[in-house]
Amino acid sequence: MASSPPVPSWRAWLLLDVPKSSFQARCQRAYIGWLAFSSNPLALTGFLIILTLVLAAIFAPLITASDGLAPDLRNRLLPPSGEHWFGTDQLGRDIFDRIIWGARITLYIVGLVAIIVVPVGLVVGVVAGYMGGIVDQVLMRITDIFLAFPRLILALAFVAALGPGIENAVLAIALTTWSPYARIARAEALTIRRSEYIMAARTQGASLARILVSHVAPMCLASVIVRLTLDMAGIILTAAGLGFLGLGAQPPSPEWGAMISTGRQFILDQWWVPTMPGLAILIVSLGFNLLGDGLRDVLDPRGQER
Amino acid sequence: MGLAWKRPLIATGLLLSLGLAPPVMAETPPDMLVVGGRIDDIITLDPAEVFEFNGAEVSANIYDRIMMYEPENLTELVGGVVESWEISDDGKTITFTMRPDLTFHSGNPVRPDDAVYSLKRVVKLNKTPSFIVTQFGWTEDNVDELIEVVDENRFRITITEDFSPGLVLNALSATIGSVVDEQVVEANAVDGDMGYDWLKNHSAGSGAFELVTWNANETVVMESNPDYRHGAPAMQRVVIRHVPEPAAQRLLLENGDIDIARTLTPDQIAGLAGNDDIVVTDHPKATLYYVAANVAVEELSDPRVWEAMKYLIDYDGMEETFLQGQFVQHQSFWPKGTWASADAMPYTLDVEKAKALLAEAGYPEGFELQIDSLNTAPFMDMAQSVQSTLAQGGIRTEIIPQDGSALWPKYRARRHQLILARWGPDYLDPHSNADSFASNPDNSEEAGLTGVLAWRNAWADDEITEMTAAARSELDLERRKEIYEELQLLHQVRSPFAIMFQQNEQVASRSNVEGFVSGPVFDLVYYRNVTK
Amino acid sequence: MANAAAELPGTPKGVPAEAADSLAFRLWRRLRAVGGVLLSLALTFLGLTFVTFIIGRVMPLDPVLAIVGDRAPQHVYDAVYQQLGLDQPIWVQYLRYLGGILSGDLGTSVQTSRPVLDDLMRFFPATIELATLATLVGVVLGVPMGVLAAVHQGRLIDHCVRLVGLIGYSMPVFWLGMVALLVFYAKLGWVPGPGRLAVFYEGMVPAVTGLLLVDSLLAGNMTVFWNAVDHLILPVSILGTFALAYIARMTRSFMLDQLRQEYILTARVKGLSERAVIWRHAFGNVLVQLITIIGLTYASLLEGSVLTETVFAWPGIGQYITNALFNSDMNAVLGGTIVVGTCFVGINMLSDALYRVVDPRAR
Repeated sequence: MASSPPVPSWRAWLLLDVPKSSFQARCQRAYIGWLAFSSNPLALTGFLIILTLVLAAIFAPLITASDGLAPDLRNRLLPPSGEHWFGTDQLGRDIFDRIIWGARITLYIVGLVAIIVVPVGLVVGVVAGYMGGIVDQVLMRITDIFLAFPRLILALAFVAALGPGIENAVLAIALTTWSPYARIARAEALTIRRSEYIMAARTQGASLARILVSHVAPMCLASVIVRLTLDMAGIILTAAGLGFLGLGAQPPSPEWGAMISTGRQFILDQWWVPTMPGLAILIVSLGFNLLGDGLRDVLDPRGQER
Repeated sequence: MGLAWKRPLIATGLLLSLGLAPPVMAETPPDMLVVGGRIDDIITLDPAEVFEFNGAEVSANIYDRIMMYEPENLTELVGGVVESWEISDDGKTITFTMRPDLTFHSGNPVRPDDAVYSLKRVVKLNKTPSFIVTQFGWTEDNVDELIEVVDENRFRITITEDFSPGLVLNALSATIGSVVDEQVVEANAVDGDMGYDWLKNHSAGSGAFELVTWNANETVVMESNPDYRHGAPAMQRVVIRHVPEPAAQRLLLENGDIDIARTLTPDQIAGLAGNDDIVVTDHPKATLYYVAANVAVEELSDPRVWEAMKYLIDYDGMEETFLQGQFVQHQSFWPKGTWASADAMPYTLDVEKAKALLAEAGYPEGFELQIDSLNTAPFMDMAQSVQSTLAQGGIRTEIIPQDGSALWPKYRARRHQLILARWGPDYLDPHSNADSFASNPDNSEEAGLTGVLAWRNAWADDEITEMTAAARSELDLERRKEIYEELQLLHQVRSPFAIMFQQNEQVASRSNVEGFVSGPVFDLVYYRNVTK
Repeated sequence: MANAAAELPGTPKGVPAEAADSLAFRLWRRLRAVGGVLLSLALTFLGLTFVTFIIGRVMPLDPVLAIVGDRAPQHVYDAVYQQLGLDQPIWVQYLRYLGGILSGDLGTSVQTSRPVLDDLMRFFPATIELATLATLVGVVLGVPMGVLAAVHQGRLIDHCVRLVGLIGYSMPVFWLGMVALLVFYAKLGWVPGPGRLAVFYEGMVPAVTGLLLVDSLLAGNMTVFWNAVDHLILPVSILGTFALAYIARMTRSFMLDQLRQEYILTARVKGLSERAVIWRHAFGNVLVQLITIIGLTYASLLEGSVLTETVFAWPGIGQYITNALFNSDMNAVLGGTIVVGTCFVGINMLSDALYRVVDPRAR
């Protein structure tokens, strides 16, 4: 591992044996985590892939020459070339540009799913784990029911009911993915609720909501986030699968699954039309998986492969 | 990349397949025709109910109808199970004489009683396509008097509404004119349902083929009728296989696993050029693709907006690229190549003119709308092209692609704004289309003429509606033709319909396959002359 | 679908129950557990039917139009509307439907105009055949790979297995299926095209189990058997890839857990051969957890083969349900979901129960 030339001052500060402030302690933890993380080549690769994805999404207007939507019928189905790196599709749109714009959609999907799933899972899990008793029973029964559903088929049914479209696909995916998070958060909450500092907070008269929000929930976050990163690939694949079946994002939107779906009829003569978005999906979900694997090693060394 | 780690899998598979299995058979048997297409629309094969493209195709090969267009000459209306007919002077009564010595697949003779039973069955079951004959004034109550057996080889029908007899004969060439075997059907009837449950997936006809099985979304298998009146078909068996993916269909065709591919895209067809084993044939269709504006929407209420819309479609661009070979431009409601069609095509892409029209109508800056479309090819590509040219004129649209099962309810309830859709006539008489595109006798919400395109778009033009009525009852053929031509030109300019294209079916087949016929209307597809 | 199998571990949940050793208490607990399982099964089943039913009712798709077609006049439409019982209040419809299920009547499908139960008997075996063989491939190749990786932790072979696992996990199956068809069928001609059997063999063997491999053997028709095998190779390899990725990955981590245990060290110190240590001791202890994982994989393949079935024109239950959805064929959607859901729940519970029976710690 090639390490960058040391910058003594802040490096020393970060590696000081006895941290002087809680801020320094936190920074140290993060830095040591980063050291462990960056020494794992696979994880680093994953990180770089996701970083590229994010940058591509942010700077899409600068990277691309077109908006990836307007048809240009006279330039359809051109093979990859200097001008069109990934070729053009059946309506003459530049596939590279569409994939770059599609990065935004991909991030939008995973982001939205995360925004729905994490809070719901946390709330259900933390409340169930901390309160215990009948509340726990009821909440966990509901969670189990959702866990037991055949999810892809349920997602299909949801999208069919709500109508095809990206937001509905996200909602359907979220509805079928939140339950494991509740399980994880509950397990963490169960161990945390007996810890001394929670007792301390309780004796100081902190309200239930306050304990849950500022003491229990943050402690559950780490394992939830690891789980989330590992799930990202699955979310992307499910969204792409819905797009492939015509139930996700709708044309002309450059969603990758939908691009494969409309491009599949060209696979024999114009292989690049469905292949490029397929590769994009593969690389990005691989990136998330590598990143998740690495993060788990760093954040959650106990739960190997769990 | 992925290959290295998949190798063990493939190796295992290959060991099994190469080492032990017989080689993959790559040719269909010589007396069997295997057709690849999309058959997921079939929901019944009962001729009194069938109204889906593929169901009607299958039934055309199983049932002989009262009147028919035969594959030898698709433009001449001839008797099917009937040999001749006589029209009364007032044009209201037609007496048919049966062909002698015809038999059903069961061996029963084809009697006038069967023809009468079949027609009454259509009226009494009252399924969707029944309107084709009930428009003549037949109802459950009067049909027993209006359709009757005269003697052992004649039967008679009487209509109570004003319809040209030519139109009536044409209507009897639709699927509902199929003659079923009364004795067999009644033997399988349950609770007086006239065999409705049984005929859904069984056959009782006198056509060139007999139904063996229909497995929804998989296959339709038919077996030849050795006693057919035109002689036994060369193909012992015809198998229609559901292959939804055009690319897969093409692969199967190139590998010889199927003999005919029915639903290839223009790009697939182009990819087949240079393959000597494959022949591509053209079969002009009467199906029209159009954009319509719901005039109940405020922005779409002005006829100038409709005209602008007609100038904001890139007819040439689409025809020359992704529609290449499978669609030709056509801008009036009755397709070219048929009796009484008007072929004028006044509209081309003209953004300036459209902008001027929009400005005149009070929309110099344009407006925003939704355009509904089916989510399949070529609709999606058409929709995206139309979207981009409409935008050039200032009409900014959002495409709402959906499945038929979601789109049709919306269309029938007049909840759309712009819609991209298609229409094929129910029988080869211009009235079939005029009745839907042009005539709208009652535009009120309560009228509920949900089957009528003009009503769905909330558009009614009294003069045009009257002309439609006059044309349908005109007895003089020449005069009738003139009215229709005039009607089409008027409709072209005045209506909120931008009719764009007429379909041309391109069928790719193995080069040894000959004699496949696909007629202009969806229920005229014949396998009986196929040889290979 | 990749994420479908990624959770639901059969791990014991929750805190260790407070120790209570009296016999009566243990008996009561056991009864409660059985009751709990039955209750949650019933609840899940009710939830499943209810949710799917509600979805079916709020769909913008029109079940009546699916039957009468879009050109139907209003009076035909109204007649069918009543015939389907859609004029009844929704809870009446639901109760009627539930009553039907309990008496084994899932209604009639619009698309096939046959009873849904008959359809499922035809379509489900096709999926079972695919999922079973794919799981088999996953187990036969995935388990040894996982063990090998764990034994050689940190070395090249380990990295390879991990990478294979991750790639198999990240692969869009529908895309892989397309590419594989292109290469192995179109270009190389090694395998037959999409479909379950060549058309001319269809209907040649009587359907006894619905599993073509079994039926053709029962009928003694080897030609059909080998044709069916040929058609299975590609889709099974594709689905097997996914199964393999997951199974190899989990095997590796279970093995690593075991190899860290002290008893392994003891066994080694005692001079047992490395082979015995790995396979008899470590692997023996992993077996139970593995069964759970295999059960999960199987369950998720049963429901998750929709996309593969689409690509390979495989007449399985996934395709049946998807087609039904597109055609607003509600009886078929409900029936299919209930059958798949029940299998899914059943397999999960079975592997969970197995886990509890075999592994004393989980009790």
